[in-house]
Order: sequence, then structure tokens, then C-alpha cells
Amino acid sequence: MAAHARSRSRHWQWLLLIPTAAPLLTPFTNRIEPTLLGVPFFFWYQFACALLATVVITVVYLATRGDRP
Amino acid sequence: MTDREIEVGVFLALMTLVVLVGFGAARWRRPADPYDIEEWSVGGRAFGNWTIWFLLGGSMYSAYTFIAVPALTYGVGAIGWFAVPFAIVTTPLTFYFTTRAWSVARRHGFLTHSEFAAARFGSPGLGALVAITGILATIPYVAVQLISLQAVLRTIGFGGEWPLLAAVTLVSVCTFRSGLRAPALLSVVKDVLLGWMLLTAVLMVAMYGGWGSTFRIAAVRFAASPNPADGLLLPETGHLGFLTLVIGSALAIFAYPHALVGMLAAKDRDTVRRNAAALPVYCAALAVMALLGFFALAQGVTPADGDLNTVVPRMIHEYFPAWSAGIAYAALSIAALIPAAVMSIAAANTFTRSLYRTYLRPGASPAAEAWTSRWMSLFVKFGAAGLILAVDPAFSVDLQLIGGVLILQTIPAVFLGLLTGWFHRVALAAGLLSGLAVGLVLMWDIPKLDATGRVVAEHFGGASWSLGDGRTIYVGIVALAVNLLVTAALTLLLKAAGAAEGRDLTRPDDYLADAGDPYLKRLDELIDGLPTAAERRESVG
Repeated sequence: MAAHARSRSRHWQWLLLIPTAAPLLTPFTNRIEPTLLGVPFFFWYQFACALLATVVITVVYLATRGDRP
Repeated sequence: MTDREIEVGVFLALMTLVVLVGFGAARWRRPADPYDIEEWSVGGRAFGNWTIWFLLGGSMYSAYTFIAVPALTYGVGAIGWFAVPFAIVTTPLTFYFTTRAWSVARRHGFLTHSEFAAARFGSPGLGALVAITGILATIPYVAVQLISLQAVLRTIGFGGEWPLLAAVTLVSVCTFRSGLRAPALLSVVKDVLLGWMLLTAVLMVAMYGGWGSTFRIAAVRFAASPNPADGLLLPETGHLGFLTLVIGSALAIFAYPHALVGMLAAKDRDTVRRNAAALPVYCAALAVMALLGFFALAQGVTPADGDLNTVVPRMIHEYFPAWSAGIAYAALSIAALIPAAVMSIAAANTFTRSLYRTYLRPGASPAAEAWTSRWMSLFVKFGAAGLILAVDPAFSVDLQLIGGVLILQTIPAVFLGLLTGWFHRVALAAGLLSGLAVGLVLMWDIPKLDATGRVVAEHFGGASWSLGDGRTIYVGIVALAVNLLVTAALTLLLKAAGAAEGRDLTRPDDYLADAGDPYLKRLDELIDGLPTAAERRESVG
């Protein structure tokens, strides 16, 4: 029972693939427009990825926090 | 007072403060036994959230990063931006992999990757191979930190060898005395100063026309340059080289000895995991620094003697108010000294644990280990200083690049090893050696070009291997692919032939162990009769 609950909460870790893959999509983000505060998309997209990484990792941390092996 | 005097005055005042903090650090949370290698090199594995966060920022985001990355975006544009996605990718990986590494290291008392590899695959020889690769890759890394420091000192007017040697001596003495506590405390100072520097930089960009005009002018300058690969965006043929460099660099972070030291100092698993969530803040700081390369280009900042590493220090001198420039120079100097300290501790531990204790003096006492590591850390730092004074500094940069390719070859043992013990020890060693050979041969073949495309040196001119059609690929990834192929194929062969496998000393639940788990405590007592770190803290405080 406890083991089952633990393995289910482990599934949250798959979410980590999103912030791992997002910064690597540069072939699709290689463009100037739209700019943000004058910064081309290619560059501000990575700022967004950093924010995304913090959000996703925080979510996974909170979801798996209670785990004790 | 002239601007220059104010700059130098602020710089010297802050550096004096730094030395005092570094010396005082030995007294911070003074351990019962300061001569235990665990206390000296990973702070007794008792650092909390904030300390670890600052320490990681201090040791990973070095002056070399803050000076070389803007120098790259200044010189070639979008390709230099690779450092930013690379830094971001490491954060979710840290959350998963470093937590496992922390647990297994905590339960077995590992301080280094090489000890883990030896235990996981039952082979001290493999551990020694990983250790030697790690040390060879780390020394030039320390050297490039000192080169960054030299670039800053030169811009302020302290040229020549003596200021550099004085700085290295001071940081060496601090590390010798205080161990990891010195860089951990100094990291806090550094981040405050660096935060101020970034704020000044953002205001500076706003005052001089904002990002819009910065990028417009930078685009015009790139268009006017003869180099077809530079620009605000990646060229059509640039994606493969860019992505392999991002992935290779991100993986290498999990193999460099110094990257592990900071994390092992954490007091429990949750500290590691919470830190992974907060690390992207540093990625954003690095991204802002990288964008400053475009600002320097747009404003027409020119490097001294064609050395691109002086672009950032010169931009600071020309555009910052004098007292803010002093703060920025201090921030960059400390940002060079902290990683140099952490890297030398890491390389020293690697030597002590995987070579000294395994081969030279089996059964060395913890005090003898700490003594060896402390002297070894001095040797590493002065070795690195000697390297840049004795040979052309540009050669150290090449060595650092080569070091990156080398360290990547330990990935199957130290990174994939965290997931699986399937590989055979002989296959791992053979894969590592063939990866090293392929990497060196490919880099031997890469000529060095100057800005106009003329060949200035025949060999070791970079780590981007040309595929002939304008595309390039990062050598480290090619070598790692060969390494993995050899490792997997040989493992299958050896298993089919029934060759004796090394005994895996780790158990699956070792990778999930947390502070306070009863087995951990029992193990500590069983192994060496030492009280656990937690008990020691109680007895002190």
C-alpha cells in the first residue's frame, strides 16, 4: 500500500523532462520576432525556460516531498 | 580623487574584507575535529539551504563564465549563448541525479566521483582512471579562473605576475586553513557584490539606449564582419554544433569533481532538491551577463591587445560609475578565487581518496587524509598558477577545452552508474580510454583560425569538428558516443564470455538514503567508530 503510493508520486518526476527539453528547442526558437523589451525571441525564450525550470522543479519537489523510502 | 583611484580604493577595501572573512571561516560552526577530511572538504556534510545555494553559485558560475561568455557573444553572437541553455538543462538533472549521488555518497562516505565508480563497479583501477581524468581536467580549469583574475587585475592597473601570485597565495592560505567553509562564506559576499554589478549593468543599458537599440546596432556590426557564422541568430548550419555543445557541457557538469563537492556538503536530500529549484536564478544572472556582450559590441568597446577576455572589464571601466566599477572588479575577482578554491579541494580529495588511500597508503587515518588533501590543494593551485605563468595563457584556455572533452568520457561510469550497475568494469575502462583517444585525435586535427579565417596553429584549435558541409559537431559528444558504443559492446561480450564481474558495493536503497536514516548511523559507527556528523554537531552546539 505504502509502496504503491510512493511509486505513484514518483511519476511526478517525469515532469522534469519538460524543463530539460525546453532549452534544447533552439532550432525552433531561432528568430528575432517577437521581441520583448527590445530583446530578440531567441534570447528571451531562455529566460522563460529558466522560469519554467524553477516552476516545474518546485511542483515536483512539493509533490514528492513526503516520500520516505 | 580620480576615477581610477576610487575604483582601486573600493576594490582593495572589498578584497581586504574578503581575506578577513576567509580567515575567519575556520571558526564558523567550528567542528569538534577540524582535521577530519569530511569537515575540511565538505563542511561535515551539514550545510543548509542558503549556504549550499550560495556555494553552488559561487563554484559553478565562475569569473571565467562571467568574463568568457560575454566575450563569446561579443565575438560571435548567438553561438556564445550556448552557455545559457546549458546551465538551465543542468537544473532538472541536478534534481534527479545529484540527489541520488548525495545519498549514495552519504551512506558510503564518498567525497568524489572516482570513489563511487570504484565501489559501484567493484574496481579500484577504474576509480583511479576516473580520478586521473578528473585531476587532469580540473587543473586547467583552475588556470582559466586565474587568467580571468589576471584580466581583471590588468584592467585595474595591477599588471604582471606578482599581483596574481599574491592573490593565489592569499586564497590558498584561506583554503588550507578553513577548507570548504572559506569559499562557502565568501560566496555570500560574492553574490551580494555580483547582484550589485548586474543591477548597475541593467541600469547602464537602459541609460545608453536600452536593449532595442543595443541589438539593432549589434546586428549591423555582425553584418559588417567578415565571419559568416556570427550574428544575432544561429546560422542555418549552426544548430548541430550548438546543441551538441549544450548537451556535452551540461553532462560534463555531472562529471567535474568540483561540481559534486558543493552538493555533498548539503545536510539532507531535501536541501539538494530545494536548491535545484532555486538554481535557475543563477542561469538568469548568467543570461544577463551574456547579453552584455551585445551591449559592449554595440557601444564599440574594444579589447586590450586583442584579448577578448578584457572586453567585460573594459566595459565596466568605461561605463560604470567609478565606485560601482570597484565593486564589480571585486565581484569578478572573488568569482575567480572561489571556484579555484573549490576545484583545488575537489582535485585534492580525488587524489587522496582514489590514489593515495588506494595505492600509496592503504588504511590512512582521517587525519592523514585531511593532511594530504590540504597540501594537495596548495599544489593544485600553485600548479595552475605555474601553468599560466610558464606557458602562453592561450594554451591554458586550449587545455581547459581539452579538459572538457576528457572529463566527458567518465560519464558512463559516474553519471550512468547512478542509474545502473549493468556495465562491466573492463568495458568501462576500455570505453573511457577509447573516448579519450578519439577526443584527442579529433582535436589534434582541428586547426586554429584567426578572425579572418587564416590558420594560425595547426592543432588543438578548438573542440568543434567540421563535418565538411559547414556544419560542426562538438568533439566531446563524438568521443562520448564512441565511448558508449565500446562500453556497451564489450559489456555484452564479456557477459556472454562469463568474465568475472566486479562486486557492486552499493545497494539500490543506497541511492535513496536520507540524513537521519538509522542504517546510515549504524554504518558510520561500524566503519570507523566515529560519531555521525549530526551527533558531532550536537556535542559542539
